[in-house]
Amino acid sequence: MNSATPTPMTDIPHRQAHASEQPPAVAETQSRADQWIICEHCDSVYESIPLNKGEAAYCLRCAAILRRSHRLTVEQLLALSIAACILFIFANVFPVISISMQGLHNEVTLWGSVQALAQGQITLIALVAGLAIILAPALQIALLFWVLAHAHRGQIAPGFKMCMRTLEHLRPWSMLEVCLLGILVAIVKLAGMLDVHPGAGLWAMAMLMVLILLIAGKDIRRLWDELGVRPE
Amino acid sequence: MNGIPYAREYKVTLCHVCSYVCPEDAHECPRCDSPVHRRKPNSLTRTWAFLIAGLIFYIPANLLPVMYTTMLGSSSENTIMSGVIEFAEGGSWDIAILIFIASVVVPCIKFLVLGLMLVTCQRRSTWAMRERSRLYRFIELIGYWSMLDVLVVALVAALVQFRGLSTIEPRLGILFFGLVVVMTMLAAMTFDPRLIWDAEVEDVR
Repeated sequence: MNSATPTPMTDIPHRQAHASEQPPAVAETQSRADQWIICEHCDSVYESIPLNKGEAAYCLRCAAILRRSHRLTVEQLLALSIAACILFIFANVFPVISISMQGLHNEVTLWGSVQALAQGQITLIALVAGLAIILAPALQIALLFWVLAHAHRGQIAPGFKMCMRTLEHLRPWSMLEVCLLGILVAIVKLAGMLDVHPGAGLWAMAMLMVLILLIAGKDIRRLWDELGVRPE
Repeated sequence: MNGIPYAREYKVTLCHVCSYVCPEDAHECPRCDSPVHRRKPNSLTRTWAFLIAGLIFYIPANLLPVMYTTMLGSSSENTIMSGVIEFAEGGSWDIAILIFIASVVVPCIKFLVLGLMLVTCQRRSTWAMRERSRLYRFIELIGYWSMLDVLVVALVAALVQFRGLSTIEPRLGILFFGLVVVMTMLAAMTFDPRLIWDAEVEDVR
């Protein structure tokens, strides 16, 4: 990540408030609101200014990141989401770890590890694990592909609103990076008692994790503005 | 305090799903149709509820075994702490510390920090607001790493299935531990960090 220079946003609404000593009329507010940024951590209002590559805007009150410049274009995001789709299939089809012990051999896929939790009383946790490492990433990739493929041609995908809302709600539950660390810990844990070999699925997982970090972030919200989705 | 205007002064509210600047009286975001609230509804009560539920689940999560191992005839049950100690005694200090951080330190930090947030917000404290904001973002960031132990148990239990020779099975403790992670994640999500800054203003909500 390149060093992002904190760009204090010029807060024109603030200066105006001082000059007139009263808040602007509601109609006037709404027409200008399109250029405003509200900090989601403290509700401060700033006037949006264009950012250069590598820059980020920070909130002056609570120091949260308000906005980052876009690192990737829509075409690049689309390309990465197709790559993520292929890697996701590899990561799920091929075993992530295989072990052998006294001539016996066994291997596990992501689905297999979720199934191992689905036993009697603890089945509930299998659902959480399945959501975190299979379902959430799969939906993220599929929805991103859908909206980006249309955005690439300048269109608003059918069901765009629902796709974007679902992406927002899925984000905290997608835990591929934790899963990758878990695989590594499991390898070290078992290496003490038997022969352990990382499988092809592990390499696919590692690359998929990087891609998900790149494409599934909050950055995708830019599509609302770039596609010009107007409120009704 | 430092003069940056709040959204309410301009009669607008932020949509948390699409970042649209909505009029204050909107109940639904005009752009993405998500429900919009000036503050997350009943934020403090709901966060308390999830936090307490998490604390209660944390007791069986630590007392009950998470894993049952049979190895060449001998069998043993591991709790989370005994798993960490086993690693440490086996010489894998790095892995022991990693699991200890993910399954003990992270949940405990979340309990403490969320408790602190709730108490200070209820008292409308103006102490260290900027730092408390940072702290909240930090626990939001680290929260889901606690799922590590659940996934390790899942992988190991799926792999070591040599009937008669060696098997590993998940046990009830891992369910409670997973629920602790889910509860603390929900607690962090329902807490509204804007409440920290509401202490600056007299008439909130």
